[in-house]
Amino acid sequence: MTEGKILTMNGAGQAVSSDYAMTLLLKFRTVLALVLVVAIFAVLAPNFLTVANALIMLKHIAIVAILAIGMSFVILTGGIDLSVGSIAGLAGMVAGALIINGLPLTALGVVVYPSVPAVVGLVLLVGVGIGLFNGLLINRFQVAPFIATLGTLYMARGAAMLMSNGETFPNLIGNPALGNEGFSRIGAGLLLGIPAPVWLLAVIAAGAAFVAGSTTFGRRVYAVGGSERAALLSGVRVDQVKYAVYAISGAMAALVGVLIASDLVAAHPASGESFELNGIAAVVLGGASLTGGRGTIVGTLIGACVIGVLGDGMVMVGISEFWQMVIKGGVIVTAVVLDRLQERLG
Amino acid sequence: MAELMRASGVKKRYGGVTALHGVDFAVEAGRVSVLIGENGAGKSTLMRILAGIETPSEGEVHVDGEAVRLNGARDAAARGIGMVHQELNLCPNLSVAENIFLLGSRKGLLDRSGERQKARALLARLRQNIDPDRRVATLSIGEQQIVEIAKALAEECRVLILDEPTSALSEAEVEVLFEVIGDLKRSGVGIVYISHRLEELLRVGDSITVMRDGRIVARSEAADASVGWIIETMLGEEGRLERANDPAPEEGETVLAISGVSRRRDRTSAALHDISMEARAGGIVALYGLLGSGRTELMEVAFGARAASDGTITLKGEDITRLSIAQRVKRGLLFVSEDRKAQGLFANLDVGRNMAVSDLASFAKKGVIRAASEQGAVGRMIARLGVKTASARTAITALSGGNQQKALIGRALMPGPAALLLDEPTRGIDVGARSEVFATIRQLAADGLAVVFSTSDVLEALAVAERIIVIAKGRITLDIPVAEATEARLIRAANAAAAA
Repeated sequence: MTEGKILTMNGAGQAVSSDYAMTLLLKFRTVLALVLVVAIFAVLAPNFLTVANALIMLKHIAIVAILAIGMSFVILTGGIDLSVGSIAGLAGMVAGALIINGLPLTALGVVVYPSVPAVVGLVLLVGVGIGLFNGLLINRFQVAPFIATLGTLYMARGAAMLMSNGETFPNLIGNPALGNEGFSRIGAGLLLGIPAPVWLLAVIAAGAAFVAGSTTFGRRVYAVGGSERAALLSGVRVDQVKYAVYAISGAMAALVGVLIASDLVAAHPASGESFELNGIAAVVLGGASLTGGRGTIVGTLIGACVIGVLGDGMVMVGISEFWQMVIKGGVIVTAVVLDRLQERLG
Repeated sequence: MAELMRASGVKKRYGGVTALHGVDFAVEAGRVSVLIGENGAGKSTLMRILAGIETPSEGEVHVDGEAVRLNGARDAAARGIGMVHQELNLCPNLSVAENIFLLGSRKGLLDRSGERQKARALLARLRQNIDPDRRVATLSIGEQQIVEIAKALAEECRVLILDEPTSALSEAEVEVLFEVIGDLKRSGVGIVYISHRLEELLRVGDSITVMRDGRIVARSEAADASVGWIIETMLGEEGRLERANDPAPEEGETVLAISGVSRRRDRTSAALHDISMEARAGGIVALYGLLGSGRTELMEVAFGARAASDGTITLKGEDITRLSIAQRVKRGLLFVSEDRKAQGLFANLDVGRNMAVSDLASFAKKGVIRAASEQGAVGRMIARLGVKTASARTAITALSGGNQQKALIGRALMPGPAALLLDEPTRGIDVGARSEVFATIRQLAADGLAVVFSTSDVLEALAVAERIIVIAKGRITLDIPVAEATEARLIRAANAAAAA
């Protein structure tokens, strides 16, 4: 969208400047929304603009944002991944089970207790595996992404419950004798005074933005979302792209599950419930189109900030939980309406 | 002359239908091989086989004298074969350069500035000044067509297949395309060119191959061919529609009147310039024009499926310009789209339900459909139009194209219309079914309906209509009673350059 184009569309100077201002407003609406939300809570809640609170909020934002970045890739191809919340829940449970019960290798008759990095690696593999299963349903059996991932949403949640009969795995501090201590550092640790999840988010966001914007894989993702047929006829392996995006989404969801379990030093099978909705909301707030092909990682990051700040801010101000939902819904709907408006103007 | 690729003895079957019966076709370096034939003659199937998108059921494809099996567009591109499809295949969300190098010009990391430069060079070769950073969604159809060609050239193709490349282009854009084709020929690219615009074919082509019913029926050097020869070989003997000898129906009063309708062209559709026409009760008007001439747009504007910037439309004297489609249907104006698959059939429903949908209210009582009344009406319509179907419960997809078309005409007739707009009613149906569809249309007119149908076949227009209106580039270039019309006159009018 350039100024030149708008100039050719309108004759009168007055109309041009107001249209241009409108276009700018729409283009940066997510940033504006973030500024607005921060400003409102800064006035309403006295402790809002303190370093301590900012760090807490950033940690919450990291949870939403990491999930939403994975979701972004899926949505850019025109798909959707509803299973991420359940994957996060299952991932936490798998981590908890590995730390408390170890990995029983029945064939050898031994129980192996993996170190914390190995636990994280195995859990991410679980996430990737579920993502690939989503990809299989979508590619091989032509199941609509909405339905395929709705199915895995239930299956993964059920599996999480089954792992402990619905009980929590408490006290995931590990055992020095087994060499699996330090799990809590992933979610609750600090580096240079900043929570570890925030560092993780920084690395992931930078990596994801690079992949989406500067690699051939990223272009293929945008191509599939823009026109699957054109991509296919140009020689893009559409099925591979889809496998990859659901695997990425699954891995990000699993990482979020690890972060939550680690932060709480406990794994609860119901954790991560309805996270998929926050993730989708962040992506859409960030300006992505659910039909695919449009959206950026930076946009998603800002969208996640809006969701995170809004959530924490409303709690601090003491807005009732019921009103919180109404307001959050209103913000999302407004974002999408503005998005349609921008489409028409652009 | 160096032969670049050849199809020999190629057959293609889809289920029980044979689309190609053993075809031989060669592409030579530095020459434009034109392929022409009616819709359904098998041109597109042959092209898709050459481009690696489909594999032949029998026969071989040779590239540089070597038999090859092309698996997909990628494989064909690796051998230097590129195709520009009739329906554009670009990602609207990406930039021009990104579309040209959709796979990335190298592995892994994108080379944005390099791609931008190469894209600019390619577009310069095509004599285009399109900014490589522009989003494709903002380009005109003509510009998109050029980008598609640039994309094929980026793969360094030696064989370029162009499937109806000019159907959406303006006069000036066609000239540019022809210059580009000239350049490509000089650099040794072999071009396969499909089009329905006869004069254009003779101008751009070096050799002309005519297809009919899945076979190649004639071949000629372009220098030796004429428009008349092409028409005759293309239609063949059995393709000749004889004008029925029944007396012309009595024409009644004006039912549908279109006056001064204009609209600007946009990304997906043609412009209309100050179009006025009318259709009378009991009369048949043929709207003859080439693909992209604006005939579909005119019908859609009349029906309310597309907005016009100017003009009025009246039905039985009432101004319906501002009415919704539903309101127009209620007042007796019905439309059957040319795109049966996408805009006509409900593939998930049976024949009866497909037909009844236009008039559900009259079968329903307080919102509940009365099956007996619906089935009765559907049964009568099936009998009236002679739709060949096992029963009203048969899946619509099980019917032949001609019978699907009759069922859709039946749908349009259910509410008892005063005027019927049929956009290319014979598209994709075979020769026998075509005369049946036209017999149906004549019967409807005799029953007092005002019928307008569009066609890109001059003989259809001459055989069926009482009045023929020729549309070219969004303007009416001829409007005459059938008695004054000749093939040559109609074709000339359809190819007439826009008067400014």
